[in-house]
Amino acid sequence: MHIFKTLAKCIREYKRPMFVTIVLIVLEAVIETFIPFITANLVNLMKGGASLEAILKNGILLVALAVVSLTCGAVAAHACSKSSAGFAKNVRHDAFHKIQGFTFERIDAYSSASLVTRLTTDVQNVQMSYMMLIRTALRSPLMLIFSVVMAYIMGGALSAMFVFVIPVLAVGLYFIARGAMPRFRAVFKKYDKLNESIEENVRGMRVVKGFSREEFEKQKFTRASEDIRDDFYHAERIVALNTPLMQFCLYFNMIFVLLIGSKLSIESQGTLLDVGQISAMLTYGMQILMSLMMLSSIFVILTISSQSAKRLVEILEDDAKLPVSEHPVTEVADGSVTFRGVSFKYSEKAKKFALQDIDLDISSGMTVGIIGGTGSSKSTLVSLIPRLYDVSEGEILVGGRDVREYDLDTLRGAVSMVLQKNLLFRGTIRENLKWGNPDATDDEIIEAAKLAQAHDFVMSFPDGYDTMIEQGGTNVSGGQKQRLCIARALLRKPKILILDDSTSAVDTKTDALIRRGFEEFIPSTTKIIIAQRIASVENSDLILVLDGGKLIAKGTHNELLVTCPMYREIYHEQTKGGESDE
Amino acid sequence: MNKPMKRKINFRVLGRVLKLLFSSYPVMVPLSLLFVVFTAFTSAIPALFMQKVFEIIGAYEESGDFAMALGEILPKIILLASLYILSLVSITLETQMMAKITQGFLSKLRVSLFDKMQDLPIRYFDTHRHGDIMSYYTNDIGTLRQLVSQSLPTLVRTFVILMTVFFVMIYFSVPLTLVLLLGVVAMLFVSKVFGGGSAKYFIRLQKSVATQEGFVQEMMNGQKVVKVFCHETAAEEDFARLNEQLYEDNYRANAYANMLGPIIMNIGNILYVLIAVVGALFLLYEVPNLSISGMQFSGIVGISIVVPFLNMTKQFTGNVNQISQQINSIVMALAGAERVFELMDEEPEADEGYVTLVNCEVAEDGTITECEKHTGKWAWRHPHSDGTITYTLLRGDVRMVEVDFAYEEGKTVLHDVSVYAEPGQKVAFVGATGAGKTTITNLLNRFYDIADGKVRYDGININKIRKSDLRRSLGIVLQETNLFTGTVMENIRYGNLGATDEECIRAAELVGAADFIERLPDGYNTLLTGNGSNLSQGQRQLLAIARAAVADPPVMILDEATSSIDTHTEAIVARGMDKLMEGRTVFVIAHRLSTIRNSDVIMVLDHGRIIERGSHEKLIEEGGTYYRLYTGAFELE
Repeated sequence: MHIFKTLAKCIREYKRPMFVTIVLIVLEAVIETFIPFITANLVNLMKGGASLEAILKNGILLVALAVVSLTCGAVAAHACSKSSAGFAKNVRHDAFHKIQGFTFERIDAYSSASLVTRLTTDVQNVQMSYMMLIRTALRSPLMLIFSVVMAYIMGGALSAMFVFVIPVLAVGLYFIARGAMPRFRAVFKKYDKLNESIEENVRGMRVVKGFSREEFEKQKFTRASEDIRDDFYHAERIVALNTPLMQFCLYFNMIFVLLIGSKLSIESQGTLLDVGQISAMLTYGMQILMSLMMLSSIFVILTISSQSAKRLVEILEDDAKLPVSEHPVTEVADGSVTFRGVSFKYSEKAKKFALQDIDLDISSGMTVGIIGGTGSSKSTLVSLIPRLYDVSEGEILVGGRDVREYDLDTLRGAVSMVLQKNLLFRGTIRENLKWGNPDATDDEIIEAAKLAQAHDFVMSFPDGYDTMIEQGGTNVSGGQKQRLCIARALLRKPKILILDDSTSAVDTKTDALIRRGFEEFIPSTTKIIIAQRIASVENSDLILVLDGGKLIAKGTHNELLVTCPMYREIYHEQTKGGESDE
Repeated sequence: MNKPMKRKINFRVLGRVLKLLFSSYPVMVPLSLLFVVFTAFTSAIPALFMQKVFEIIGAYEESGDFAMALGEILPKIILLASLYILSLVSITLETQMMAKITQGFLSKLRVSLFDKMQDLPIRYFDTHRHGDIMSYYTNDIGTLRQLVSQSLPTLVRTFVILMTVFFVMIYFSVPLTLVLLLGVVAMLFVSKVFGGGSAKYFIRLQKSVATQEGFVQEMMNGQKVVKVFCHETAAEEDFARLNEQLYEDNYRANAYANMLGPIIMNIGNILYVLIAVVGALFLLYEVPNLSISGMQFSGIVGISIVVPFLNMTKQFTGNVNQISQQINSIVMALAGAERVFELMDEEPEADEGYVTLVNCEVAEDGTITECEKHTGKWAWRHPHSDGTITYTLLRGDVRMVEVDFAYEEGKTVLHDVSVYAEPGQKVAFVGATGAGKTTITNLLNRFYDIADGKVRYDGININKIRKSDLRRSLGIVLQETNLFTGTVMENIRYGNLGATDEECIRAAELVGAADFIERLPDGYNTLLTGNGSNLSQGQRQLLAIARAAVADPPVMILDEATSSIDTHTEAIVARGMDKLMEGRTVFVIAHRLSTIRNSDVIMVLDHGRIIERGSHEKLIEEGGTYYRLYTGAFELE
């Protein structure tokens, strides 16, 4: 119920077409139940040899009803399409909006693949159910009731058969749906896994072929596919019972009406029941069974899409936001950074701190290098500065104020970060760079690109800055991508620039050129550089050595060579000559 | 997906789907269709019984003697009931078989698609977007499911019903049938107009769904970048635009499709009235009837014709409606099938190789004999045209002589490249991105074939070696690590399916991966999903190296294998790698020059040409590009 309420909030401006749909569809259902009634009249009139006038009167009434029903039906179908498409649009919009407001922690919690599924397949499923609901949720039960009532009015005793047919069909459909649903749910999960494994193969084809594992993969896939085939078959053969059950009821209806109908008709000499009514009873029977069938398919569709609805509501209700200061500061004084007793863990439940007791002073304009092994939390440390995560303990000051006091856009505008897992988006190089500053002039763009050592290779492309970048930036090399990402970050004219292992694919010389450019052209910007190569941080004003989430040493290169054994070890590993190999 | 979808039913594709379907279940498909025909037939003929019963009712209504009437009615009801029972049996069998056929067919299709995919050359994967390939499995096969399980049986059923009803109708009355046909023409016209509109918008819808999906995928992957640049509002604006377009197409496509149903049904209702009125007129004026049965519009017989005829009118229009509802899904399914067939018709990776790799024993005098059991020694089995077979010991001697290569015609990326690697030598390639380092390795394992020049493996032209055997003898570790869903152990074993647990663990220990594996929650039994997303990049690379180690190949290709491992860990790996490389021919591509210093030969590549070659010492001494690169004074771009 709760899920319904949350999703219903997304209907908004499409409530009107929704109500139009419901009202018109109910109207259509009423008319549809009247039509056989009047037809029966017409048939009896014909049989009785009534005048043309009487027949035409009924005929015109029927045509009028059909025209009204057609109008209702068509307008309702139109309104329903509009409302459901609009509802889906709003759900997508709201979910996307929510995701844009997510903290990094939430983005980590949902994987990006799962977010994509939610925004695409799940919305489609929910839209289907919505359409089903407004079209049939009211119509089918109403149709059922009307038809039973009309059948009773008309057929009298003959309608007694529905006492038998309806429960048989209802119970039958219920058990079929109940039996099949869990099987379907289970096999759908397997099916998702199968698709994942296909994706793995597409992505890892070089590995598959490199190890000549084509036959192995084929066998593995055949097994998985046949397993799913059998599971699907077991679920579907239950659902397949629907058709014979339905046909049985229809056949029963036919024979019962013909046999008992003729008895009633003959015995009452046509007063209780006549051929017109007999044929109308068949129509009502059909309508009743169809309504039951529809109801059962609503049940099925709702169960199938309930998982989708749950996943969407999960996002729509996720209000995890970074707490905002009541009087946000909108000016960052300078590029100084201070860590005071900072500890951090990724989730409250985590046992281990990712960072522990970090104390640190970086003054504005300094160049700071960070060195440490895989998993030493280098990235975690820097991501606390633009408040991608909030500290668990202690505080971080930027420009002399706690980062939590700033307006988030102000803070992130002043702290420009080049992420380790960096991405370019589909669009021209110019468009990509403008992410850093939408109002940047061409001169500013070129300046930033030159500083990031990207200008020359950009100009070597036939289209220069108008070169299209493919999705994921696959048409530029790794080093080029990194340099474009740096240029993009530079365009923000940040007070603090953070490079998280952002030059790993760049040649040593270019790497050095970039750093030299920083010293020369943006001296007042604080530069924090995470690197694998000591060479990249050697000349920094301050080098931090991290290990297992702790700051184990800080100082200049020469100091650390003396004071920090780990630093010394890394340094020697990287610089030892070929001859001195053990 | 971007191809314009034809609105017409593509009979060539339909024929191929049917052929595939029939050949998958040569007995069950025709049998179940036979059942469909029978069921359709029985559901179409009750009108005949109704007419008879009504005639009897008319005859006995005056007297009110049901007992007498029953004598006449009962045989007919019993006949109908027995037909019904047969029909129920056939429906049950048919639907059960259909469930089996559908799932079996889909599975078969999936498997043959997957098999085909495995046989495609790497070029296919390099030139097609992965999302597009996936959509064959997720979208296109899905539309075929609808076709096989619903559309086809419905088409057969409705066709049979329509034909049967039509014949019963002209059996009853030709004039009334003509009135009905008039209405059917109107329905077909409406279907054409609406169906056309709906197909047009469904094609647009497909496109805007794809565009929107692409955008969402890109944004979700880059969500952190979006946030770092405070780009949320801009992203939302872009999304809103695509969302609006999607809404528009969604709404129009569905509106057309949904409106068709009520319109057709109500044309049916009007037709019903029309026939009722015409029938009444015929009855009233006892117009002479033209029919097969010869029945006339008078008295009891007259009304007994008109009433069942009216019911048949409903049945007829109902079935026309059913067909019109199926057209969309048929057109879409066939478009899907066409795409699937396109992939199935792709040229598979050709392999004319006939030299195979076999276990062997080497006698003291150097003669090589082939044997079944694993001896740790391998030989190339080389059959010649004169029927003789020679054996060459697998040593790992690789020579490329004056090789040219182009991915696309006219754009040569390797010029006149010669590489000589003697058994046990370590050959390194250095150069900027795009210089052709990876291309050379692509040629060695024949992911691509050379344009000119020759490649010899232990003196054998590699084109003569069966690809699977060639690749089995080459271990590769790539920059981009791909792991598979399964345990850590299974992932390591991927390198050598016959390896025991101990051998896998030993391989992990050798390359320095054992340490972190043992710290995982379930050790070697830890389940990896989503390309090992629960591991760090470095850990994944270590697993990939262990995987290559367990394969124990005489030749290894390491393409930036340690790029994501920090230098500290790399030192650990390097020790393992050194052991791993002992006695093997190794090709290394690395960005960090420190990792290749101890190579026997270093090749410096620039724009597809080898510009320097020699040992580290020699190249340093020469003071060329490598020297300047090594000292950081030069950049290869």
